[in-house]
Amino acid sequence: MSKPLIGLILGAVLGVIDGLTAWFTPDARSELGSIVVGSTIKGIIAGIAIGFFAKKFHSLPIGILFGVAIGAVLAYLTALMVGKYYFQIILPGTLVGLIVGFATQKYGNTPAAANS
Amino acid sequence: MKWLSDDKLNYLRTVVANPDFSSTKYTFIKELGRGGMGTVYLAQDRELNRLVAIKVLNTPEITEDLRNRMVREAQIIARLEHPGIVPVHDAGTLPDGRVFYAMKYVRGSRLDEYAAENDSIRDRLRKFQAVCDAVAFAHAHGVIHRDLKPQNIMIGSFGEVLVLDWGVAKLTGKPYTDFTNESVQSVDGFNTNAGTVIGTRDYMSPEQARGEIDQLDERADVYSLGAVLHFLLKDQPKLSKAAQAICLKARADEKENRYSTASELSADIGRLLDAEPVSAYRESAIEKASRWVSKNRFLVLLVLAYVLMRVFLVFTSQP
Repeated sequence: MSKPLIGLILGAVLGVIDGLTAWFTPDARSELGSIVVGSTIKGIIAGIAIGFFAKKFHSLPIGILFGVAIGAVLAYLTALMVGKYYFQIILPGTLVGLIVGFATQKYGNTPAAANS
Repeated sequence: MKWLSDDKLNYLRTVVANPDFSSTKYTFIKELGRGGMGTVYLAQDRELNRLVAIKVLNTPEITEDLRNRMVREAQIIARLEHPGIVPVHDAGTLPDGRVFYAMKYVRGSRLDEYAAENDSIRDRLRKFQAVCDAVAFAHAHGVIHRDLKPQNIMIGSFGEVLVLDWGVAKLTGKPYTDFTNESVQSVDGFNTNAGTVIGTRDYMSPEQARGEIDQLDERADVYSLGAVLHFLLKDQPKLSKAAQAICLKARADEKENRYSTASELSADIGRLLDAEPVSAYRESAIEKASRWVSKNRFLVLLVLAYVLMRVFLVFTSQP
């Protein structure tokens, strides 16, 4: 399995879980569907970006840092759109980036080096 | 008449007992070890200025058969060009007619000594896998070792693994064998008679112990490798079922139940090291899950941290 695909799958799964937890916030329960869709799209975008980064750069610490940064930035943008729940959105989004960053560095096929 | 001192007498005794390398490019240094057929000496190669190990026939009464055995042994090892098999540099005859061959002098420790100093099961398994690969290479070239044991395996100073003492090796005449100028008429390269027991009791396969020379094939070495693996693992307190199963399969009494090649055994050791399922053991769903968790410990911890954080946020966000 390629690294971008791992990033996509993991980002999507964690994005769905992330969105579903909005059910525990009574104010947000009525918009659960759109939250889940938005959260999943956010996870997929982050996962693909982190996956492609892992394909180019093979370094666990840098991969994790990139994942954290992408996760935090996307979560911040989401929080800006929502206009509230900054902490509740940014913290999980950052952690999702960290997990995807780690997983894409650790797993997935590394393309063979081409002969020069 | 002057009497010789004890020291001088002892020196003369040593000189007489040791082989005469005067007609060769080697200078005798000391004896390294004595086996059934030959003795290995440490010597200095004066031309290339390096240390070598030289194996010389023990007996001064040289028969044609013994001479052929030594020459054959040197030829077998020389053909097996592999990082895990000690290379032969030179061969020749001493002034007294004894055949010798010079090989790389391996600095390091024997596998049994290495195991006594290294507790790490992973390190031991990696070394063992390298032994399997060297033996598999020999098998692919039509050679069965027949005396694999920890004492015949050296771990070099840089961790390299070398299989030694091919003195009782057997030729199988496989297609890969590159013996262009000789016909392997006998199944046994050294014409060992049926009923002759060759090898070391604790490490030899049942068919080898029964002296069934004609029945011996690669699986006899697989059994010996299993015995070496057992030796390496027997002091480990927590041994996985997969490791035990590999050991049992390699040492099965019936050769049909063993790994059919040393490569298969090596592959299973590789899977064991990578925490993947091994062919020798069918694991339950719980064992599968437990192995996966153990292999992906950090990822599992991260996901757990994520879930805990989620639970924390849910409870702290409640009005």
